[in-house]
Amino acid sequence: MAGEGPASSTEYITHHLTHFKVGEGFWTFHVDTMFMSILLGLVTIGLFYSAARKATAGVPGKWQAFVEMVVEFIDTTVKEVFHLDRSFLAPLALTIFVWVFLMNAMDLLPLDVPGHIAALFGIHYWRVVPTADANTTFAMSITVLIVVLYFSIKAKGAGGYLHELFTAPFGANPLLWIPNFLLNLVELLSKPVSLAMRLFGNMYAGELVFMLIALLGATWVGFTVGSSLGMLGQIIMGAGWAIFHILIITLQAFIFMVLTVVYSAMATEHH
Amino acid sequence: MENLALIAQVQGYTAIALGLIIGLGAIGACIGIGIMGSKFLEAAARQPELIPTLQGRMFLLAGLIDAAFLIGVALAMFFAFANPLLARFG
Repeated sequence: MAGEGPASSTEYITHHLTHFKVGEGFWTFHVDTMFMSILLGLVTIGLFYSAARKATAGVPGKWQAFVEMVVEFIDTTVKEVFHLDRSFLAPLALTIFVWVFLMNAMDLLPLDVPGHIAALFGIHYWRVVPTADANTTFAMSITVLIVVLYFSIKAKGAGGYLHELFTAPFGANPLLWIPNFLLNLVELLSKPVSLAMRLFGNMYAGELVFMLIALLGATWVGFTVGSSLGMLGQIIMGAGWAIFHILIITLQAFIFMVLTVVYSAMATEHH
Repeated sequence: MENLALIAQVQGYTAIALGLIIGLGAIGACIGIGIMGSKFLEAAARQPELIPTLQGRMFLLAGLIDAAFLIGVALAMFFAFANPLLARFG
């Protein structure tokens, strides 16, 4: 990729959509996704650690004030929805929000820069947005499903939850056990699927639009009218889409966080 | 060479499908956002003191409404650049 330009626009886009893979078949690891998400997780921890270590009860610095704003914002959002003890859920929501936000924010890096940096190390494929990989989003949403199951069992007990699974919407008649269970199963499984697909779809589409915009400037052949218009178009449209994308990445991180809390709150409700 | 005609046919149908996915999705998302936005403005005009509460929820719902459309766009883009239906022709 470094050095020679892409041969055609389709090739350029498929190149940018290829993961750095290790392994075969089921055991294929997307090394770029894993590296970026773990790196950004460490960044999240580091940022909050640095704020917590230097925290003072007196006049807070700018960084401490910002972190306090984020923490309070998340805490109020969780408090509005989830009415029980939130000593577990609020930190979880904070982690999800900041981590997903940082992973989404990788979309705002210039499109070809991460690939060129990776090429310095001899790696030819590097997708920098971990949430534009369905594996990341499904891993996160399945974790959320486990949290939901944990809250269900904690609130109702294992027996109570099983009882609810088989008797909840229609009634306790043995004839209705199977339909009840099937309905509950669909309801339970639709949560992680919709959660994961929403985040993945948004980020994947956003990334692709950035690539399509980048193709405008890729038509550059010299200082001709067409090339100049293409370059100007790329700068203007790229800036416009990036500004709109700031809204989308924050919103999607917020939605993922809020829905986690809402699902957990629903799980603790008694029928 | 009969393969060429088949590939062209698959590509043509795919192009129509992409238009339908994005177009119908856009209609739905726009109607949804429009209804929600008008209701938000109405509510804000009636009770301006509720604006901060409503604004957060409006953005949340805007993201939810947009999501299905954007998932559709992502799928359509995927089919536009790496059509798995064409893989059979080698």
